[in-house]
Amino acid sequence: MAFLKDYISDIYRGIRSLLKGMKLTGYYFTHRKEIITQQYPDNRGTMVLPERFRGEVVMIHDENNEHACTGCTACELACPNGTIKIITKFDTTPEGKKKKALDTFIYHLELCTMCNLCIQACPTDAIKMAQNFEHSVYDRSKLTKKLNKPGSKIREGVE
Amino acid sequence: MLSIENIADSIDAWLNRAFSPSVATLLEGVLVGLGAITFFAVLGLVLVLMERKVSAYMQIRLGPNRVGPGGSLQTVADTLKLAMKEGLTPDGADKFLFNLAPFMVIVVAMLILAPIAFAKGSQLWDINIGILYVSAVSSLSVIGILMAGWASNNKYSLLGAMRSGAQIVSYELSAGFSVLSIVVLTGSLRISDIIASQQDGWWLFKGHIPAIISFVIFLIAVTAETNRAPFDLAEAESELTAGFHTEYSGMRFALFFLAEYVNIFIVCAIAATLYLGGWMPLHIGHWSGFNLVMDYIPSSLWFLGKTFILIFVIMWFRWTFPRLRIDQLLDLEWKYLLPLSLFNLLLMTLIAIEGWHF
Repeated sequence: MAFLKDYISDIYRGIRSLLKGMKLTGYYFTHRKEIITQQYPDNRGTMVLPERFRGEVVMIHDENNEHACTGCTACELACPNGTIKIITKFDTTPEGKKKKALDTFIYHLELCTMCNLCIQACPTDAIKMAQNFEHSVYDRSKLTKKLNKPGSKIREGVE
Repeated sequence: MLSIENIADSIDAWLNRAFSPSVATLLEGVLVGLGAITFFAVLGLVLVLMERKVSAYMQIRLGPNRVGPGGSLQTVADTLKLAMKEGLTPDGADKFLFNLAPFMVIVVAMLILAPIAFAKGSQLWDINIGILYVSAVSSLSVIGILMAGWASNNKYSLLGAMRSGAQIVSYELSAGFSVLSIVVLTGSLRISDIIASQQDGWWLFKGHIPAIISFVIFLIAVTAETNRAPFDLAEAESELTAGFHTEYSGMRFALFFLAEYVNIFIVCAIAATLYLGGWMPLHIGHWSGFNLVMDYIPSSLWFLGKTFILIFVIMWFRWTFPRLRIDQLLDLEWKYLLPLSLFNLLLMTLIAIEGWHF
């Protein structure tokens, strides 16, 4: 009899789990508001991307055209495929001491896999991922970007 | 009143007046053939679009929405594309069988159309063994599939065809037993008799729980027989690329595709005929007022409505359930469905003998 009981309870459980699945798809079928498709070129103006969407690496500049990059090259070392190249220079401080500073932050968008490791490696939160994803250009060289804006300098107090 | 029956009668009368009886019969045959082909083409377009929309909504997508209003012309565009493509025959293929197979499959699908009653009095061929004819002919489609798989000279095709063969042969049993249980209640194999016996209520409701069980078993079995997910092992995109029609392209591929959807329509039409009363309106016992209102809806609409609801249910299965393994598939048939349907048939016979049904 134990065999028969197992057999019948198998059938019952099987049918129950199948109906559970059908309930969910039935719910989706009748509730159009659940649809997650973005009709991209049509809704370009109103489209809201998820907060953590990774489009490209940018450097954060404040209103005084100051960034927080110390040129420590932690991001360059963290990058698995050589996307970032940092060129440093030596600034002279008012006291006459020489101090290492960022000259050019070169970012190869064409090599970047948006893995987010550089952002995690940055000790001063100088770079972040932007939401922009429309990267197509007609010339490959346009994908090699200089992230620090011209004339920008390091913010006071960032070490 | 305008109905399919009246139109057919007036065409028949006009042809008999204009030509001699034998010529008139021949012309009617040609007309019916043309009608069936047109019906098939329209059905294929509608069902493919329906499948794509239903699957999209079930997967929280939008589905085709660019070609025509709301994507309604998408399948027309697809068909035009397929018609213009090259129909390639592989070098190593058995050319004759390879070219014959798609036509075999589609002809079998067309043959089953004959005894189906589309509306009151519009049935192509009301033979006294209608339901037997349907189950006999529907098992022929496996020959077309095996032919396609073998002639392609491709291991995926052959594997798919073999799986399909095993599947159709096993699931025919439970489908047959489910059909039998309604035949037991009706006492006739003629489709018009089966429909007429449901005048005061459909068998699904009149036959108590055994009828419901046999209806569910029939739905499962025909889903397997038409090679649709969750029983689509014969195609199984992820394992066998496309199964028996891997090597087909262009219009011959379209024929396989069309045959699949026509087969779905046909099995759902048969399920509607057996369990939901075919073209018969919903009548509840002796509520004459309610029955009168229901009679105003044309019988062809009743038939198509029921069939399309069942088609929707089968699509619902497809877009919900994961595919079975071949051993699970055969387990389900031989260990669960077959004993259940045998026991169910016994119960049904008891009900029919004792007259317990309504």
